[in-house]
Amino acid sequence: MKSDLIRPYGDTTGDGRVQVSFTLPVPFGSETERARAEGAALQLAGKMGLDPAMVVHAKGIGPDFTFFIVYGRVGHLVDMSAVTVAERAFPLLSAQEVNLRIRSALGRKFVVVGACIGTDAHTVGIDAILNVKGHAGEKGLEYYREMRVVNMGAQVGVPDLVARARAEGADAVLVSQVVTQRDAHLSNARDMAGAFRDAYLSGGRPVLVVGGPRFDPSAATALGVDAIFGRGTTPREVASYLASTLDLEPAHA
Amino acid sequence: MTSKLGLDPAVVREARELARKAGEPITEMARTHSTVSVERAVLRLAGLTGADGDGMPWVNRLTDAVRDGVGLEHGVALPVWHALAASGHHDLRRLAEAAAAGTVAFRLPAGSDARVAREAAAQAVRKGFAAIDGQRAQRSRMIAATADPAKPWIYLIVATGDIYEDIPQAQAAAREGADIIAVIRSTGQSLLDYVPEGATREGYAGTYATQENFRLMRAALDETSRELGRYVRLTNYASGLCMPEIAALAGLERLDMMLNDCMYGIIFRDINPRRTFIDQRFSRQVHARAGIVINTGEDNYLTTADAVDAAHTVVVSQLLNEYFGQEAGLADAQLGLGHAFEINPAVPDSFLLELAHAQLVRELFPDAPLKYMPPTKHMTGNVFAGYLLDAFFNLCGLMTDQSILLIGMMTEGIHTPFLSDRDLALENVRYVRAAAGRLGESFRPEPDGFVATRAREVLGEATGLLRRICGEGLLRAIADGTFGVTRRPPDGGRGLDGVVVKAPAYWNPAADILDHPEQNPAVSPPTRTPEPVEAP
Repeated sequence: MKSDLIRPYGDTTGDGRVQVSFTLPVPFGSETERARAEGAALQLAGKMGLDPAMVVHAKGIGPDFTFFIVYGRVGHLVDMSAVTVAERAFPLLSAQEVNLRIRSALGRKFVVVGACIGTDAHTVGIDAILNVKGHAGEKGLEYYREMRVVNMGAQVGVPDLVARARAEGADAVLVSQVVTQRDAHLSNARDMAGAFRDAYLSGGRPVLVVGGPRFDPSAATALGVDAIFGRGTTPREVASYLASTLDLEPAHA
Repeated sequence: MTSKLGLDPAVVREARELARKAGEPITEMARTHSTVSVERAVLRLAGLTGADGDGMPWVNRLTDAVRDGVGLEHGVALPVWHALAASGHHDLRRLAEAAAAGTVAFRLPAGSDARVAREAAAQAVRKGFAAIDGQRAQRSRMIAATADPAKPWIYLIVATGDIYEDIPQAQAAAREGADIIAVIRSTGQSLLDYVPEGATREGYAGTYATQENFRLMRAALDETSRELGRYVRLTNYASGLCMPEIAALAGLERLDMMLNDCMYGIIFRDINPRRTFIDQRFSRQVHARAGIVINTGEDNYLTTADAVDAAHTVVVSQLLNEYFGQEAGLADAQLGLGHAFEINPAVPDSFLLELAHAQLVRELFPDAPLKYMPPTKHMTGNVFAGYLLDAFFNLCGLMTDQSILLIGMMTEGIHTPFLSDRDLALENVRYVRAAAGRLGESFRPEPDGFVATRAREVLGEATGLLRRICGEGLLRAIADGTFGVTRRPPDGGRGLDGVVVKAPAYWNPAADILDHPEQNPAVSPPTRTPEPVEAP
């Protein structure tokens, strides 16, 4: 029987070999400095659990820094039985299947309002999901006959987003966040979710979806949204998810 | 330069002619309209600086007050300098404070009042241009006293958000081999309808473009240029809602290059198309005067559209940027037209396609300092494959004689570059330059081979698209999603409320000078005493 316990694989099962690279703020000039720099790197590698560790490359960057590449063996075991992942909870559908599901569940077009909120001016993500052109060879949501897409663009205020969602009768709101400095993507997502909660106290809240390269897809509940899509998400995945919400609660009450 | 691609000069001429035809109605609109930012730039050139307690610049306060009082259809200059004379303030700052407090009644002067106001405004604005002319002369002196690095120029980015962190990073990058430092702007700034003030220590994914930040960084790079015996250029961003003002500040503080694209703000920042084109023309006139090289943003189209399918849209945009730039008075040597290495590496012959596109652009614009951008879209997080892709980008750039190479980071799309990422990236370009820097002279694509055929095909598609744009009009084409696959209608986006139609009696002392450079030649003695330049 295959064990649930594994180690990294270099060239032999269980050898535990890994590679790391990092920079330390130490000089790499004189012979003494070089020896001390490599010693510092080995100390860090040891504390990271690499034993034995070998500095295979060290190079000074300017007068005050040294860059290292280190190979070593880790003793840690990975227990596969304790690994948890967020599995995709909805089936991946074709555009036709999505359209069909919307027609039969709603009998009208599914309205999507999308925006980049906060100071984020990067519309690339939301455009990749919404534009006809799409992303990764898949057409965007505008291409889906049974969807009506309103792309509000960049730097939309949360109150404006809520108002527009109401005015358009949005079934879903898609928010893209690329900028992550000081975790702005997380606080913006929470603010947005809170505003929609407050605005739809009597029910009918649209499905709230956030996306961006630095989101953790399993953190939807913590942020108060219905779904999170991370790096590499394609329009079809988003469309499939939106279609799947129709089965559960067509009115999103 | 003889064409390696066998381009038909008649087709090239036709493409240029079509770009001119497509651009002329836009130029006409730009001539007959003004914007709040154009008017604020006039006040900046006249020396009005500073901001109120909320950080709102006095140029905004004063312009808004004029607009509320008499409208902007005649420009700010006549009402402002008339009020200055009439109120006895004799100082723009005090007038702005009083105007913000609502105690100034603006009116449009006539007769001798108008003549007095005109003379005073013209004199104030001439001082601003004298300072810009002085900075241009100072640049020449600095380059003479240090050295002008050989091309391609290595372009590196700093983006900490804190100008005092940016400075040592920029100086370190220059010592490591960067010829150009670009300070990435805080991501929110393009949609701010004012220019923040002072030295700033907080930004989002970048550092605010302010006059003081410009000054601090240029002073630091002057110091490093002298240390290295090589002039290190400084780049920032004009694109956005404040192009005219930022252009003025860049000229005053001797920036060397500015991102200034004719359509970037429209497509990627959803700024109103009319506002963008009007602001753009004035800002480019100022850049022309200041000797600043513009960088255009065609690389961006390829991040949303497919780099093979949309290759011709890059060429179309370059031809439009060239037309608009030349019309605004920029010399070919000031046209840093942009393009990028963004073809999916999984596409067969992707490197040959990149070579074809890069060589085509080189041959279409032989005298332009082309800016070549590294892969971003297909940097997957596999840093090892990314490093290889960046090496191919460097090779393509060197083989096709690109002028400015923005150095790719293997961690593109993961985080703002680590110190080591930047160092490895420079090691990459140094290797390729040393190993294959002269490969271009031996690179002769077969006239009917894949590369030359592909280049001619892209040029043909570009000409076809330009014909369509001439037929339907450029604003219509933008609304249809021709560029970057993003649809932007002429009356959509931000900033349209800042556009005004010029009245017949509109007057702008800065435009007077910029529209007639031959009657207003640069003055040689700088008004600001330059720092002494030591021999390297």
